[in-house]
Amino acid sequence: MWDSIKEFAADFFVTGDPLIYGADVSIALVSIAIVFVLTYFKKWKWLWREWLTTVDHKKIGIMYLIASLLMLFRGGVDAILMRMQLALPDVEFLQADHYNAIFTTHGTIMILFMAMPMMFALFNMVVPLQIGARDVAFPFLNALSFWMFLFGAMLLNISFVIGGSPDAGWLSYPPLSELSGSPGRGQDFYIWGIQISGIGSLATGINFIVTILKMRAPGMKLMKMPLFSWSVLSASITILFAFPILTVTLALLFLDRYFGAHFFTLDGGGMSMLYVNLIWMWGHPEVYIVVLPAFGIFSEIVATFSRKTVFGYNSMVFAMMVISVLSFFTWVHHFYTMGSSADVNAFFAITTMAISIPTGVKIFNWLFTMYRGRIKFDLPMLWTMGFIPCFLVGGATGVMLAVAPANFQYHNSYFLVAHFHQVLIGGVVFGYLAGIYYWWPKLFGFKLDEKRGRWGFWFWNIGFYLCFFPQYFLGLDGMTRRVYTYGWDRGWAALNFASTAGAFLMGVGFIFQVWQIAYSVRKGERDKTGDIWNGRTLEWSIPSPPPVYNFARVPQVQHVDDWWREKEDRENGIVRPQPELEPIHMPKNSGIPFIMSSFWFLIGFGFTFDWIWLVIIGFLGVFGSMYARSFTYDVDYYIPVDEIKKTEQKLRGATT
Amino acid sequence: MSQHSADNHSHDHGHGHHEEEAHGSIKSYTMGFILSLILTVIPMVIVFNDLMGRTGTLAVILITAVAQLFVQMWFFMHIRDEKGPRYNLMALSLGILLVITIIAGSVWIMSFNSYTQ
Ligand code: HEM
Ligand SMILES: [Cu+2]
Repeated sequence: MWDSIKEFAADFFVTGDPLIYGADVSIALVSIAIVFVLTYFKKWKWLWREWLTTVDHKKIGIMYLIASLLMLFRGGVDAILMRMQLALPDVEFLQADHYNAIFTTHGTIMILFMAMPMMFALFNMVVPLQIGARDVAFPFLNALSFWMFLFGAMLLNISFVIGGSPDAGWLSYPPLSELSGSPGRGQDFYIWGIQISGIGSLATGINFIVTILKMRAPGMKLMKMPLFSWSVLSASITILFAFPILTVTLALLFLDRYFGAHFFTLDGGGMSMLYVNLIWMWGHPEVYIVVLPAFGIFSEIVATFSRKTVFGYNSMVFAMMVISVLSFFTWVHHFYTMGSSADVNAFFAITTMAISIPTGVKIFNWLFTMYRGRIKFDLPMLWTMGFIPCFLVGGATGVMLAVAPANFQYHNSYFLVAHFHQVLIGGVVFGYLAGIYYWWPKLFGFKLDEKRGRWGFWFWNIGFYLCFFPQYFLGLDGMTRRVYTYGWDRGWAALNFASTAGAFLMGVGFIFQVWQIAYSVRKGERDKTGDIWNGRTLEWSIPSPPPVYNFARVPQVQHVDDWWREKEDRENGIVRPQPELEPIHMPKNSGIPFIMSSFWFLIGFGFTFDWIWLVIIGFLGVFGSMYARSFTYDVDYYIPVDEIKKTEQKLRGATT
Repeated sequence: MSQHSADNHSHDHGHGHHEEEAHGSIKSYTMGFILSLILTVIPMVIVFNDLMGRTGTLAVILITAVAQLFVQMWFFMHIRDEKGPRYNLMALSLGILLVITIIAGSVWIMSFNSYTQ
């Protein structure tokens, strides 16, 4: 009995590494603390009623934001661990297999569980407010997407203490990721974590396409829509077509591992390079999925802080739509070295360079918008200014990588690592941070503190260049990615040490930001007007934080930057007519998204550990949830006019 | 999943147009279902009983799969009866373009295998 328990535990828990035991202890302590606090303050009911069952896009956005910041922390700790190991030659801090596990989880988490949810946080926090809607098109599905993402992410996150981490790289190429190369459980955690959250991502894409196409306020023609909403539309279209490819590819890998199929194996007629081909058909569009919304954010911020309409609105829209389609035609640039024919490589080199044209157009448009504007350098604008040079260099090294013959030199070297971090951090992370600073006051009703924010900004930026510029030269000196150690004779010590120092500076920047949030919760400047930046688009026309129903009256839109024009009209004494209030139709909360997603978690866990009984329970639960939802008819309610009046009076302090 | 709230939502946004679109009849759904079943069973029978050579089998699988795609779009997804801006049609066209890219592109790219192996 005792022996079998011991055997089970040795298989179930990850053992043998003091770092992991440390993690075990801290996870246990934090969990106990959370349970204790919730029980002590009698908050369980509140948690369930206000958050776990909510279908309000604003709250879902906040939950995405919290989850993504936690994931940024986890991915960041992974990054620091790797940089510590590489700081000097012959460091004996991480073992080879532990290093493999860490870069795999770092990459997977940063892209799928940090960048994606932070993007969805911004979608949810902003889009309905910006287009004058009261929620997204499918509020229930929106909640389901969030919980699918969260449970999928949890599945991957527990792998390092239970069952073992995946360690075949963030895209898990076969044959290494096949049963022959990775017999452990980590690879299954990877597959199921991504599959489950992938369903959520796809559903979010669909949800926002429908929301934007069908739920804009009357008068807001597509060509009068704010550019952030346009960027969300283009990213969602790309999601719609790219994520199914990921799902199918990973499903085939699962069939190989679980049922002994031979899609990607070395034997039995399998073709492992086909996996690489397929996964990059998703992978390349994916990087544009995460960067397009950042472009949208910059467009809003540049216009607001230069106090001008954005330069070249039509070309901005056109550029984003072109990017979202072209992004499907460049995938081979990730494996030129596979040795396909020269024609193939030449074709994809050209498409890759073509996509930099619309991107360049956007950069010029931002610069022209700022030109002769009265620019104010608040935090959102500061991050935008940090983005432009950083993304420019990242784009230029990208074009260098796109040159197929030269790529054979840079491929999988630290040159590549530096390039993609430059676009991912300089483009995506800086962009989302700018967006968070910009819309934070709208969602929370107070501004984030400038002083601590500025410290954070400079630490991040200086740290960034110190960390990644040396890596270009390391790459040219022959250091390849995913090496866990190197000798003194290589001559890489100084550059690596500088790089690690830079990583620590970015860590300090992150700490400043956490401090900034904690400080501002108590002392941040309160937003009483709802329009703290003197904004241009509809979200700034309502109180901060907005009431559940967002708009007491559905706005009637006449122009691009409608709110700005309305403010100008008011100064000239023109007041737009206010229609009578009407009862507002709202969706009811539901516990089903949470419950159904937790059953998906059981399915993933069951497949990972080969516990078929658990898989069966999971599927029963999923179908039960779908059944229950299909026969729920009581899904909505009306907010009466009296209540709207009271709420508005309280929020605006005047009669409406 | 039925998204009740969605339809009603556009209503209180004053979009005005909410003529209920016809969502097919029991008859058309049954037809679609039976056709899909038939198109699935044909290749299965052929594969399980080794009725055809390699090329023939592959051809049948491909043809029945594509045929089923159209059956589903016709009977279940109501691709015909869309009004206003034809978003479904646009999405479908882009989808077909991308599917062709994926398949033709993969064949082109992966054909290097035939002369390296
Ligand atoms: C915060 C600062 C960051 C630092 C210091 C950092 C550092 C690193 C390091 C040391 C590696 C491993 C390189 C190797 O051994 O080959 C790596 C890989 C990677 N990082 Fe980061 N990273 C950071 C942020 C990010 C962000 C924000 C993203 C994405 C949004 C990201 C995505 C990736 C990916 C995809 C890989 C490749 C993983 C693999 O090889 O499978 N990183 N990073
Ligand atoms: Cu790419």
